[in-house]
Amino acid sequence: MAVSSISATFGCVADQEKFAEQAGEYMDALYGAALRMTRNAADAEDLLQETFLKAYRGFGTFQEGTNLKAWLYRILTNTFINAYRAKQRRPDESGLDDIEDLYLYRRIGALEGGTAGKSAEEEVLERFTDTDVKEAIESLPEQFRIAVLLSDVEGFSYKEISDIVGVPLGTVMSRLHRGRRALQKALVEVGMRRGLGIGDDGRVSRN
Amino acid sequence: MMDESHATSSGSGGDCQETIARLYTFLDGELTQDRKNRIRRHLDECSPCLEAYEFESELRTMIASKSKDRCPDELRAKVAAILRYGKIL
Repeated sequence: MAVSSISATFGCVADQEKFAEQAGEYMDALYGAALRMTRNAADAEDLLQETFLKAYRGFGTFQEGTNLKAWLYRILTNTFINAYRAKQRRPDESGLDDIEDLYLYRRIGALEGGTAGKSAEEEVLERFTDTDVKEAIESLPEQFRIAVLLSDVEGFSYKEISDIVGVPLGTVMSRLHRGRRALQKALVEVGMRRGLGIGDDGRVSRN
Repeated sequence: MMDESHATSSGSGGDCQETIARLYTFLDGELTQDRKNRIRRHLDECSPCLEAYEFESELRTMIASKSKDRCPDELRAKVAAILRYGKIL
């Protein structure tokens, strides 16, 4: 810590090694984010490599003591938006506004005429596989997907997301609000398709 | 279970509608201290809202834990090389 805190030594071997070591710790998380963003492994691999290449080159502009994780996510997000957005169709955002609060909960909680205990609901949540959850996230329109990913999966604050994506705080909040509703709807759809015991009429079937 | 009548009614310690509307911001830890306290007080007194809160909290944990990926070894090696040599090999 003491050696690398001398920020004047940017580019020296010790700092470069420390940077590589620290940045490398986020490889799995960034790869996951890249997969959710691009929605395919080949593009995710390219995106991850470009991100680390830019991080390596931009290391000199990174301020020691600031948030390395957020900085890496900003590079990843910007690279994705610039390189991959053009390839993708304009997202379909219709139908996002008529999803009510607690959309998923209301479709799970009505078990046996409204007597569902907490455990029954948690039991249904446990039935979702990793693939179900990843597919649900990937089904979201891009802007909402990125906001939900950065908040619910990566745990960034509103302010950090605002810095990473480069949009005002209010925009972050509105994207999160709509994105989470859309995610709940997607989870209900996945759950119904897979027969996880979620009903569109608010009933749960026990298998 | 939360029904429609509950969501629009008002509990003794606060407002169910406000609580549900701010549930995610509360979970995000992004409410002002004042609003945070209001929600906490309401959750202490209103079991349907508390159950909804616990569900949403559980849901969030589930989403985070079930969307993890591990970088394939080959890609891991490529990234390590980038961090070492500053170029894509």
